Amino acid sequence: MRVIAALSGGVDSAVAAARCVDAGHEVVGIHLALARSGKGQAGSRGCCTPEDARDARRVADILGIPFYVWDMSTDFQREVIDDFVQSYDQGLTPNPCIRCNETIKFAAVLDRARALGYDAVATGHYARIVESAQGRELHRAIDDDKDQSYVLAVLTPPQLSGAVFPLGDTRKADVRAEAARRGLRVADKPDSHDICFIPDGDTESYLRRHLGEREGELVDVTTGETLGTHDATYALTVGQRRGLRLTVPAPEGHRRYVVGRETGSTRVLVGPQELLSVRRIEADQPRWCGVTPPSQSDVHVQVRAHGDQIRARLLVNSEDVAVELESPLRGVAPGQTLVAYDGTRVVGSATITRATS
Amino acid sequence: MTPPRAYVDHAASTPILDSAAEAWLRASAKVGNPSALHGSGRAARRIVEESRESIADDLGVRPSEVIFTAGGTEADNLAIKGLAWAAPERPRILCSAIEHHAVLDPVLWLAEQGRPVDWIPVDSIGRVSVDDIRERLSDDVALCTVMWANNEVGTIQPVAEIAAACADAGVPFHTDAVQALGHVPVNAGLRGITSLALSGHKIGAPVGVGVLVLDRDARVVPVLHGGGQERDVRSGTVDAASAAAMAVAVRHAVKEQQAHADRVRLLRDALAVGILDRVPQAVLNGSPEESLPGHVHASFPGCEGDALLMLLDAAGVECSTGSACTSGVPEPSHVLLAMGVDPALARGSLRFSLGRTSTEDDVDRILEVLPRAVERASRAGSPTFRTVS
Ligand SMILES: Cc1ncc(COP(=O)(O)O)c(C=O)c1O
Repeated sequence: MRVIAALSGGVDSAVAAARCVDAGHEVVGIHLALARSGKGQAGSRGCCTPEDARDARRVADILGIPFYVWDMSTDFQREVIDDFVQSYDQGLTPNPCIRCNETIKFAAVLDRARALGYDAVATGHYARIVESAQGRELHRAIDDDKDQSYVLAVLTPPQLSGAVFPLGDTRKADVRAEAARRGLRVADKPDSHDICFIPDGDTESYLRRHLGEREGELVDVTTGETLGTHDATYALTVGQRRGLRLTVPAPEGHRRYVVGRETGSTRVLVGPQELLSVRRIEADQPRWCGVTPPSQSDVHVQVRAHGDQIRARLLVNSEDVAVELESPLRGVAPGQTLVAYDGTRVVGSATITRATS
Repeated sequence: MTPPRAYVDHAASTPILDSAAEAWLRASAKVGNPSALHGSGRAARRIVEESRESIADDLGVRPSEVIFTAGGTEADNLAIKGLAWAAPERPRILCSAIEHHAVLDPVLWLAEQGRPVDWIPVDSIGRVSVDDIRERLSDDVALCTVMWANNEVGTIQPVAEIAAACADAGVPFHTDAVQALGHVPVNAGLRGITSLALSGHKIGAPVGVGVLVLDRDARVVPVLHGGGQERDVRSGTVDAASAAAMAVAVRHAVKEQQAHADRVRLLRDALAVGILDRVPQAVLNGSPEESLPGHVHASFPGCEGDALLMLLDAAGVECSTGSACTSGVPEPSHVLLAMGVDPALARGSLRFSLGRTSTEDDVDRILEVLPRAVERASRAGSPTFRTVS
């Protein structure tokens, strides 16, 4: 195969590329320039610092493969960053890593790779692709702590057919050891955790810079009574209790939590803890990693990266899906991605529109 | 089996001459700081001064007008900043729109410091107009800078006339002749040339050595302050070995210029005709008559230059998109934009630059693999303008 190995400058993508070379593929290393700074060059912080680009280049040198930087910053701005800000503006909770896999790595990059005569894009994601009688399946990685199948669950079969994940059957510690053995200097580089375009991790300040203030009222979800005000909807997350400036005391001192937001307004709903326990989730834009599952299937669902897996019954309609959870889940917000699993296999994903108790 | 490779990026760097490498090795084996007063120092100084004299003879200037630098970039910076700083009472700078970054960026930096800059426009082949420059010359101009030949499209400028016009107006004139030397006749002693920059690795000397030819009456403020080794305008221990190699390479460039130009021009013409024949939609930039003999610069509609580069590299052809870019992120070339080329088309451009070691086989190799690369690159299109499905 002719493979484009996305080299972030980190240890995982380095070992993934090395394994592609070992497998006998014709491999080209590509570093994606995603963020832009003032001078029109790759950003000085975040996922594409000059240091990361340099580390990626050195990995390619050691592996003896060609290396190029692809400027995907325009696509990334539009598909990931703008979408992130707009989603928050609409009261949704987006996951930019999912968007990036969906629209950049396994769309813009894969399309370009294919047009240029390459067969696949290899990344250092921890997930497994399994060939079965039903076709290609996406499975959890064997390293539970590192499993990234959640952020890949949005990929459609044509996208999956051009994806290579060489690390799904390996534990992170072994990947580091392998990097060291191969003489890759990135072996002990720390993992990145933050959203790459918010390197300081302060999402609230980032959104404040882009959206300004978004004042509104805090409203009691049961009585409709106004209990106070807030200055930014995006600073409040479902399940939050601290930092609410409630001016009306709660009856009998019950604690009150953010439970949701009125669609199309800046009114944030506040209520008792029971309302946070979600038993039913509705979601739209379903995508199946293979055949559409029968309705009423028993699955496990997950609503955030590395989140709990809950047993559930999956109800499939033509345009949307719902899941009924066997045990309650907290902190479910519209915009999050719902992923359904059958054992380790990803069944599909959908975007959460409503969560009810 | 590795396929044959065609190196057609001589404008970026050309192989070192055996004779230059030998000169470097010989001189580098000896100890001695050229500024030292003992025997070893004198021996090193002698190498430097003989190299200086040799270069001065070849370029038509006096030995004292040859200043060794650590490359073309330093030579350009010293001329541009040095001349501008030396004339604070003359604020304006005239600079062509198609300069190499080694000139462009110092001028932009001076502009940020408050110096007004006239960007001299070029026509569709990338040439400035002498009349235009003449009209802009006045006694508030600190310097005018126009390169001898452009590194991307290869266009040669009417340097003698510009220099004469500057001399008439009493304005210092700098020219970056890094790409010109060895390919066209270069006379640094022309009336009106205040300073002229050269780089070693474009003519078969090592990387990291250059020359600024600086008129003995010119006033410049140094960029590097220190021991003042080079005429008090450039400090740092003079690199005798590099000076020796530079002298050998300059001699070769000047002596072989005509024969070299005649030979590579034939290859260049074959390549240019072949490109249009195999890829009819290609657009050649610049003008063959007004251009360096080894340059072919072409735009491929609907393609991204870096995609072409990658495909050609995989097929054994080593060329460039025009100007090297440190971040690796392609920008449409300011040279092509100044020539009025559409930005999307500009991004789909390649420079093939032939040199001393180029052969007909190189041309054949390029023509063999180019059509397929163009076809694939046009399928990939441009990441910036394509929408995500
Ligand atoms: C026209 C021109 N000027 C200046 C330079 C810079 O020379 P150097 O690489 O020696 O710093 C180059 C080469 O990159 C060039 O082509």
